[in-house]
Amino acid sequence: MKKNRIFNAVVILGASVVVFVILAALQYIGVIDEYNGQLLTLSGIYIVVALSLNLITGFTGQLALGQAGFMSVGAYTTAIAIMKFHVPMLLAILIGGLVAAVFGIIIGFPTLRLRGDYLAIATLGFGEIIRVLMINLGSLTGGAAGLKGIPAFSETENFVLDAVIKFSWVYVFAVITIVIISNLINSSPGRAIISIREDEIAANSMGINIAYYKIFSFTLSAFLAGVGGGLYGIYMGYLNPTMFGFMPSMNIVVIVVLGGLGSITGTVVASVAFTYIQEWLRVFKDLRLVIFGLALILVMIFWPKGLLGNKELSISGFLRKLFKRENNPERTVSQQNGSREGK
Amino acid sequence: MAVLEAQNISIVFGGLKAVTNFDLKLEKGELVGLIGPNGAGKTTVFNMLTGVYNPTSGDILFNYSSDDNASKSIVGLKPYQITQLGIARTFQNIRLFKDLTVLDNVRIALHFNVKYNALQAVFRTSAFYREEGRVAGKAKELLEIFHIGEKQNELAKNLPYGEQRKLEIVRALATNPKLLLLDEPAAGMNPQETQDLMKLIKFIKDQFNLTILLIEHDMSLVMGICERIVVLDYGQTIAAGTPAEIRKDPKVIKAYLGEGGEFDA
Repeated sequence: MKKNRIFNAVVILGASVVVFVILAALQYIGVIDEYNGQLLTLSGIYIVVALSLNLITGFTGQLALGQAGFMSVGAYTTAIAIMKFHVPMLLAILIGGLVAAVFGIIIGFPTLRLRGDYLAIATLGFGEIIRVLMINLGSLTGGAAGLKGIPAFSETENFVLDAVIKFSWVYVFAVITIVIISNLINSSPGRAIISIREDEIAANSMGINIAYYKIFSFTLSAFLAGVGGGLYGIYMGYLNPTMFGFMPSMNIVVIVVLGGLGSITGTVVASVAFTYIQEWLRVFKDLRLVIFGLALILVMIFWPKGLLGNKELSISGFLRKLFKRENNPERTVSQQNGSREGK
Repeated sequence: MAVLEAQNISIVFGGLKAVTNFDLKLEKGELVGLIGPNGAGKTTVFNMLTGVYNPTSGDILFNYSSDDNASKSIVGLKPYQITQLGIARTFQNIRLFKDLTVLDNVRIALHFNVKYNALQAVFRTSAFYREEGRVAGKAKELLEIFHIGEKQNELAKNLPYGEQRKLEIVRALATNPKLLLLDEPAAGMNPQETQDLMKLIKFIKDQFNLTILLIEHDMSLVMGICERIVVLDYGQTIAAGTPAEIRKDPKVIKAYLGEGGEFDA
């Protein structure tokens, strides 16, 4: 059992380092050009934010349409902390997450009584309120004109190095987010969260404090979205309330639905795919949204559960199959998931 | 000392008196049946006992600890709090976590006894591994007792109907209850399955040291295993007593079969 634990940890750590080194090196030597590097970084931010939404919508089963609102809170808080209070960048990003988490708690409480469509509308309203707030808190947020001159991740003059540093920041946060969500979900509190999605009444009768876990997942989700927002603000170097309106919220929903509600790897794949497809479709100009909408409809017809449904791809599960390791009856949760997907 | 005592509970929905002045006293180790025609208010009684509804009036006392005198009112508590005190239930229409595995269904019921928090889960501390091992072991042990251990990795929805009912009972038992409420456990079962279920109910009652209250329409089951029966009609208790007494009670016969009917169970 101990051996399995270490095996898992090593595989995950090893895989994330290897992927990082490859991607960073390719950017540095120019195989991945600056444009694609930027897209990769943007994908990473989408991974953080989309996973945060998947926690609420995919795992807890609460349809939320205001994720960009949390992002917005995080982005502005981080930017203001850096620009006005000269807080170090890492700390500022975490503060952004925490302030967004406070909003998560505030939004979480009234939504305990709302279900399905009603909750969706309430969260949609929340997103709009935040947007309007950001426009009207002019002295703090720059109002409709936006907030300019947010310091970048690095001050280096070397464009290539600059891109790699940007990418590294986002990559680390994306990996940490993936680990947080997957470790949480493959645990007893995670199962409690999933039981709410499956059947609230039954979960309640099985001793699960539903209100607590709903608030918990809203709060954690808002925190992660806030962190994603903070990264986004620094990445863009400029913030404007319209960056966090209805459409960006919908984009995040689209990523989560495309990847599969309740699938972490699905969300990761969909985040990257979404970022690139959005760029490729730029050549169609205004038709872009039409094509995108059509593609969505087709996906919903042919893959109603999204790319991966609620399944996961797992490296350790894959490696296990590859090396035909004996299945240990004392497997831990995450490993079970891994081998289940390996089939 | 009574495990559960419902004192004069009533509930009104709008103008409808769903249950009126219901009294019930369950002694430790009893197996009591709650019967009555459709719409009599049986499930409403269950919902009041488990906190899904709050009675409009009356009180429910539950003896939650091993100390005989430690009873407290459970009116106003949330369902999950009542479950944590020791009342577990199954549902009339099966409410399993359909898309989760059999094992996960049971592990969710064990959740409130798990001694690590979300933070420890994220950091995968040793408490996490220790508790996960314990919970999985306990869940498998329970599944083994009911001979569905080998199906632990199947999705609950893929189990045959009888086993789904069984799993619901296992899941309820995983919350370590003192009192088990079974809402029509034999619904949809054939006579053979009902026979097996009767044995199963007797078995769990002894094995887990339980007090059981069950709602059932299958008279062979009710008459066969219940020590005492309470009959509800239009929200009111019309009779209570041993199976033999109930069988002969003219009010019960009238409620079920109309004037001049006769039980053949």
